[in-house]
Amino acid sequence: MASRVISSWGNVIHAHHLLLGLHSRYDSFPAAPTGTTVLPFGNGRSYGDSCLNVGGALLQTRSLDRFIHFDRASGVLACEAGVLLSDILQLVVPAGWFLPVVPGTCYVTVGGAIANDVHGKNHHQAGSFGRHLRRFEVLRSDGTRLACSPTENSEWFAATVGGLGLTGVVTSAELQLRRIPGPYLDVESIRFGHLDEFFSLCDESERDFEYTVAWIDCLGRGKHLGRGILQRANHATRPASGAAAPRKLSVPFPLPVSFVNPLSLRVFNTVHYHRQRARRRSSSEYFQGFFFPLDGILHWNRLYGPRGFYQYQCVVPAATGREATAELLQAIARSGLGSFLAVLKRFGAAPSPGMLSFSREGVTLALDFPNKGERVKRLFEVLDGIVSRAGGALYPAKDGRMPGAMFRGGYPRWQEFSHYIDPSSSSSFWRRVTEDA
Amino acid sequence: MRKVLIIGATSAIAEATARILAGRGDALYLVARNPARLSAVAADLTVRGSPRVSSEVLDANDLAGHEAMLVRAEAFLGGYDTVLIAHGTLSDQKACEQSVELALREINTNGLSVIALLTRVAARLEQQRAGTIAVISSVAGDRGRGSNYVYGSAKALVTAYLSGLRQRLAKVGVNVVTIKPGFVDTPMTAAFPKGPLWARPEAVAAGIVQAIDRRKNTVYLPGFWWPIMLVIRAIPERVFVRLSL
Repeated sequence: MASRVISSWGNVIHAHHLLLGLHSRYDSFPAAPTGTTVLPFGNGRSYGDSCLNVGGALLQTRSLDRFIHFDRASGVLACEAGVLLSDILQLVVPAGWFLPVVPGTCYVTVGGAIANDVHGKNHHQAGSFGRHLRRFEVLRSDGTRLACSPTENSEWFAATVGGLGLTGVVTSAELQLRRIPGPYLDVESIRFGHLDEFFSLCDESERDFEYTVAWIDCLGRGKHLGRGILQRANHATRPASGAAAPRKLSVPFPLPVSFVNPLSLRVFNTVHYHRQRARRRSSSEYFQGFFFPLDGILHWNRLYGPRGFYQYQCVVPAATGREATAELLQAIARSGLGSFLAVLKRFGAAPSPGMLSFSREGVTLALDFPNKGERVKRLFEVLDGIVSRAGGALYPAKDGRMPGAMFRGGYPRWQEFSHYIDPSSSSSFWRRVTEDA
Repeated sequence: MRKVLIIGATSAIAEATARILAGRGDALYLVARNPARLSAVAADLTVRGSPRVSSEVLDANDLAGHEAMLVRAEAFLGGYDTVLIAHGTLSDQKACEQSVELALREINTNGLSVIALLTRVAARLEQQRAGTIAVISSVAGDRGRGSNYVYGSAKALVTAYLSGLRQRLAKVGVNVVTIKPGFVDTPMTAAFPKGPLWARPEAVAAGIVQAIDRRKNTVYLPGFWWPIMLVIRAIPERVFVRLSL
């Protein structure tokens, strides 16, 4: 059995894992040495330790990459769980279909999208990824295969959606796509000078625009607090002719130092905010550039240098959202830490189907932080306090450091969930957030 | 549109190759041992754009079953113009050293079953005076090495056979491609530690399709194996005998 050093997207942890393979959805659950726990591993795009199992084994699922059927009339697609969302889009976009929900990168597997119940810029209308699943199959380590849907084995469905890969390995899934008129989006970008304006723009936009998201200048303070640019968009009817495939850039090798520092940060944020001269700007964008801007730079995580980075993504309930977000932004601006991409988005009321789903009605803020040790940790503790007091939660897919109590507070169904964990399964994340319970 | 017969269609390299062909709209007849895996691959290639896909379960070592399979493939495709032979097993060298039966089985699977297929396929294409035969041999067939010589000698047999077959069929315009992959990261090699010499099946597949399209005769995939094997072949035997390769 092979053992290899595996790191997650944040590049903070590099650790040896025993690697197990699954080459067909008909294979039986591979045997791990006695006492070794197993965690399914897709494309490794989780940021922290939720896709790692240090001291144990990873069950690689990328080779489960076959389509099963695609009905071009109804938009129902079935595939194996290791298929990447990028592969699905490549297949379905020319046929006039689109994934019902896409996260900020298309380089995640279907299994990973289920295990993290991912969300996208259309959450206020479509809810999370799990809401669009018609069914999937879970293979347990005892060989049991569970067909799960909202009506069949529904408790296993609820445990596995957002279940961080702990309930067994998802082998295949069937989902409902949504029709699109073409591969473009009509995008409006609106500059706003203060956080309050963000909320009024959301009120104004969420009914008529399927996609909304805001970039925030995380260094803005005082009357500039929470200034940024809101993008709102709909799929466009513009024909595909002349579609220029976006060029791929790459950070070809790990960088010796982080290129994200206070100077580059201030320059980027100020320039990015002021680059848009007009308050409103309309454009037509190819879907890849709009949904997955960072996918245009392969290995962009290497910009953070050898020590890697953390992402902090929280959600705070709607009732306390405005005040809590202001507090969070103040704390971040004061710290001078933070990064190029602070993203703010208001989630809608559609309930997420998973016991441990992250997305819920409220406001979500996501920021990357270079791993600078103690300074960043102290800031995180301040942010944790604000999120907890507001009744919010952090996103396990992005997390590599939240205290166990914070997880358990944000995910009150965690004990109910734990009954569904496969006896062979564990993860670094799960041990970290439950061992002190 | 090509009409392609693929033997060993569930092997990682063959499957990756078939995906490229399916995406271009080629018709495919797939042959492999494991029925569940084969039907999964066939369904996938249909979704990926092949207008016509059919499959048949056959163990390549069932030499008596070859003729009927080839007839069915021909009937389904309306004649085939391209044949890819990709089946094989990676022998456990140490176990082969202890067992005559196992050693011969590996030679059968990786060598003789291929010769059997080629004999029949060549006759057909020679008659139609057009087409391409592509066979996955291996860099391991270029020189027997202590760590892998049972597999290597079966592949050497295939390589030598193809060289002769190429001469014969060149006269009637049938192209024969010998494909020599190096280390490929597939289920067959899952247990090996991977280094920089390892290639993804997708990269090898792209090279195979290119070799077929451009009517190449022998290709090393990836290409850097050509100089490596040039050196390995050139090492004098009295030095080679002391190396552990």
